[in-house]
Amino acid sequence: MENQNKKREPLLHITKRAVMPVWQQALIRAGAILSAMILCGVLAFILIPKLSANPSRIGEFYSCFFKGNFKTVEITWAFFKDVAVLLCISLAITPAFRMKFWNIGAEGQVLVGVLAAEGIAYLYGSRIQSNFVLLLLMLVAAIVSGALWGVIPAVFKAKWGTNETLFTLMMNYVATYLVIYCLSKWITSGSMVMPKLQVGVLPSFVNQYFSTILLVLTLTVVLYFYLNYSKHGYEISVVGESENTAKYIGIDVKKVIIRTMILSGALCGFAGFLIGAGVNNSVSDTSVGGRGFTAIMVSWLAKFSPLFMLLTSALIVFLDRGASEIASVFDVTGALTDIFVGLTLFFVIGCEFFINYRLHIRNIFKKEEKAA
Amino acid sequence: MQAQNNDIVLELRGISKTFGSIRANHDVNFDLRRGEILSLLGENGSGKTTLMNMVSGIYYPDAGQILVNGEEVSIASPHDAFKYKIGMIHQHFKLVDIFTAAENIVLGVESEEKFNMNEVNKRVLEISEKYGFHIDPTKKIYDMSVSEKQTVEIIKVLYRGADILILDEPTAVLTPQEVQKLFAVLRNMRNDGKSIIIITHKLHEVLALSDRVSVLRKGESIGTVNTKETSESKLTEMMVGKKVTLNIDRSDVTNAEERLAIQNLTAFNQEGVKVLDDINFTAFGGEILGIAGIAGSGQRELLEAIAGLQPISDGQIIFHRPKKNLPVTFFHKSLFEIKEMAKEGKFHDKEGKPVSFVGKTTSTIVKEVNDGNVIFNDDEIMNLRDKTPLQIRELGVRLSFVPEDRLGMGLVGNMNLTDNMMLRSYRKGKSVFVNRKNPENLATKVVHDLEVVTPSIKTPVRRLSGGNVQKVLVGREIASAPKVLMAAYPVRGLDINSSYLIYNLLNEQKKNGTAVIFVGEDLDVLLALCDRIVVMNSGCVSEIVDARSVTKEEVGFLMTKNTKEAE
Repeated sequence: MENQNKKREPLLHITKRAVMPVWQQALIRAGAILSAMILCGVLAFILIPKLSANPSRIGEFYSCFFKGNFKTVEITWAFFKDVAVLLCISLAITPAFRMKFWNIGAEGQVLVGVLAAEGIAYLYGSRIQSNFVLLLLMLVAAIVSGALWGVIPAVFKAKWGTNETLFTLMMNYVATYLVIYCLSKWITSGSMVMPKLQVGVLPSFVNQYFSTILLVLTLTVVLYFYLNYSKHGYEISVVGESENTAKYIGIDVKKVIIRTMILSGALCGFAGFLIGAGVNNSVSDTSVGGRGFTAIMVSWLAKFSPLFMLLTSALIVFLDRGASEIASVFDVTGALTDIFVGLTLFFVIGCEFFINYRLHIRNIFKKEEKAA
Repeated sequence: MQAQNNDIVLELRGISKTFGSIRANHDVNFDLRRGEILSLLGENGSGKTTLMNMVSGIYYPDAGQILVNGEEVSIASPHDAFKYKIGMIHQHFKLVDIFTAAENIVLGVESEEKFNMNEVNKRVLEISEKYGFHIDPTKKIYDMSVSEKQTVEIIKVLYRGADILILDEPTAVLTPQEVQKLFAVLRNMRNDGKSIIIITHKLHEVLALSDRVSVLRKGESIGTVNTKETSESKLTEMMVGKKVTLNIDRSDVTNAEERLAIQNLTAFNQEGVKVLDDINFTAFGGEILGIAGIAGSGQRELLEAIAGLQPISDGQIIFHRPKKNLPVTFFHKSLFEIKEMAKEGKFHDKEGKPVSFVGKTTSTIVKEVNDGNVIFNDDEIMNLRDKTPLQIRELGVRLSFVPEDRLGMGLVGNMNLTDNMMLRSYRKGKSVFVNRKNPENLATKVVHDLEVVTPSIKTPVRRLSGGNVQKVLVGREIASAPKVLMAAYPVRGLDINSSYLIYNLLNEQKKNGTAVIFVGEDLDVLLALCDRIVVMNSGCVSEIVDARSVTKEEVGFLMTKNTKEAE
C-alpha cells in the first residue's frame, strides 16, 4: 500500500499556457462580459427595490443598456460623441504609455485645453468676426496649453528623475483650481458659471457632433501610423521596452521623453478643444469629468493599440450610458449602477489571467475512482 | 512495501513539466544513492534546473512521482523540501547583504526559543570545520567574495540538516583554485554519507568529481552512467545526440594593425566607486584579444566605456580608422573638414604628390574628391572619449558591441526579429517613416546563415531560446562589417553547437581584419580561442599574457593576485 497521507497534490496550481488562438481569446472575453452581466443582474435583483418587488422587470433591466445608447437617433449620436471624446483622450495618452511614462495627468492636460479654448471664445469671441479664425486661435491655444501641461513633468523627469505619476497627478489639481480662479475673474456676476457660448462653435454638418467624430477618427488612423511606422514611434517603443537598449543604440532618451510628452499633452489639448468647441461650448472645473482617468483604462484594455481603442472606448461608453439609464428607469442612485460598470470592467481585465494561465484543480474524487 | 534498495535516497519516476508550449521535462527517471556525488549533465535549456527545482519545491511537477527513501512524497514548497532533508544551492545566491553569515544561515529556521547567536555561530563553525570550509560567521555578506557567499549558501543548507544537497552550476563563478577547494569540501561531505547532485555542463568537472553521471537532453533523460566507465567524447555524444568535435581552430595573426588603444582609462560608477583603474592595452585588427577576470572585475564597465555608455573620468580611447592610401569621401567628411585637413598636409594624390587646395575653386575641389584623387597619407586617428554611441557612429567608427545583457541591452525582447535588426539602422534616410524592407532581408539572412530556430521573423525575440537570441544579436552586430567587435560573454547559456558557431564567427571576423575583444568566463575557451589575454582584477589590468603559452592556473592566479596580497 502506498502512503496515502503523504502524497497529496496541492488543491490549486497554475501553469502558463501556450499562446491561445485569437478566436479562443475573444470567446473568453465574451464569456467574461456575459458572466459579469449575469452577476450584475443578480446583484440588481437584491439591491434595486423596484426590481426585487417585480422580478419580471429583469428584461427591462438589461434592455436599459440598449435604450441608454441607441433608443433614438439623437441618443445614438450622443453615444458616438461620447465615444469620440473618450477615444480622443485615450489616443492622446497612448504615446506616453507606450514609452512607459505613466502620465495620469490627462485630466488636467485636457482641462487646460478646454480652458484655453473657451477662454479665448469668451473673452475675444465677440471681437473676432470670422468663426474660422476664432476656432483656429482656440485650437492653437488649446494645443499649446495642453503641451505645456504635459511637458513640465517630462522635463523634470528627464533632468532630475522625478516620479512622473505623482507629478502629473498634482498638475491635475493645479489645472482644476486654475479653472475655478479664471471663472471667478471672468464671470463678473459671481455665479462662477460660464454661459453656453454662441461663438467658437464647431460647424454643424450632418449633425452637430459629426465634425468632432470625424476629427477623432482621422486622429486614430494618423496615430496608428505614427506609432507603428514612423521613426519616432519606433523610438518610443524602444525607450518603453528598455532604456538600456535605447542608450546602447544611441537614442537620446531624455529628448524622446520630452518630445513624446509634448505630443501627448498637445493631443490632450486637442481633446480639450473638441470638448470646448465641439460639445460643451463652455468650461467648468468638471468639464472633463474623470474621462482623463477612464482613458487610461481604455488605452490599457486595448494594449495601447489605437485601432483596438475604438472597441474599448465604445465598450466603456456603452456600459456607462446603460448604467445611467438604469439609474433613471429604476430610480436608484447612479453610484449603485456605477458599481455594475466597475464589476464588468473587473471581469474584462480579470479574464486576461485565464488567457495567459491554466488553472489545475485537484480532482477530489480521483481516489474513489481509483478504488472503484 | 519498503523500497528494495535502502541505498536509494531519492527517486524520480516519469516527471514532466511544461511552461506554456515549452516542454521543460518529459518523463524523466532518475535516482540518487546514499553517499555519492551525481552529476546532472546537459546542455543549457535541457531542463536540469527545472527538474531540480521540482525536487526542491520551487515548481510542482505536472506529472510523475518523487520518492524520498522509498516513500512517495509531495513537495509543494522549499519548506516541504527541507522536511525531507533536501536543500538546493541556487546559481543566483539568495542572501541578505546587510546580515552576517550566521544571520543568513538561521534566517527562516523555525524555532520555539529565542535565537542565541553565540550558539548559532558555534554550530556554523562546527559544520565548517567538519567539512573543511573556511568561514567567519560574523562577517557581513557585502564584505564577502563570491566563493564565500557560496560557502554561506552551502552551510545554510547543512545547518537545516539536509542529507541531499543540490548545487546548480556551482563552479560558474569560481576561479580554478576555488573550484579545487569546493571539490575537496564536496568529497568530504560525500564521505560523511551525504548525497550530492551537481548540475553542470562542464565535462572535465564531471569527470573529476562525480561517481555517476545522469544526462538530460531536451528535457528527457538519456541515461545514467558510471563516471569511471565513460569519457568526455561519450558524454558529449549523449548530451548533444550526435558526435561533435570540440576543436577551436586558432589561425596565426597576420598583419596585425593597431586599431584601438586604451590609455590610462579610469572610471567611477554611479555610487562613486572606482570601477576602472588606469587601464592600458591595445587591440589589433586581425587578432582576438581576450579579457579574463572574476565576474565584476570591471569587464562590463570597460566595454561600456569604449562603446560610449560609461562616463570616464580619465584616459583616452584612441581609434585608428584604416584609411591609409584610401581616398577621402564626402560620406564622412564635410568640404570644410577636407579643406582643413588638406591645409595640414594629410592627403596625397594618385601620383603620390601632396595635395594642396590653395587657389582652387570649390567646384574643382569637389571634383577632385569625387574622382578619388584626394588620398589619405595615414590612418585617421580619433579619440572616442566622451562621445555618445550616436556620435561614435556618426564619426563613421564601425564599432560593434555584443553586450552581456542580451535582452536588456542588446535587443528588445518584445520586438520581433525585423524590428531588432532595425535598431542599428532605423535612422538611415530622411523619411519620417521607418523602412522595414532592409531589416527584413537582414533578419531572413541571419536566420538562414546562423541557423536561428524561430517560427518566423515576426516572432518576438524573447520567445526564442537563449542560443537563438544570441545568434540574432551577434548576426546583427557583425552585419555592419565592424572594425572593432566587442563581445561580452557571448556563449553564456548557449548549447555546445551554438557556442562553436559563435567561436567560428569570431574567428571569421578576426580573419577579416577586425579587432575582436572577447570577454569570457571559461578559461579553457579563452586559452583556446584568443591570441592575447588581458587579465583583469578589481578594475585593474593585472597582466597581458600570450594565450598560446600561458596556463590556466597562471591566469587564475593573476585574476586574484592583488586581493591576495591585500589580505
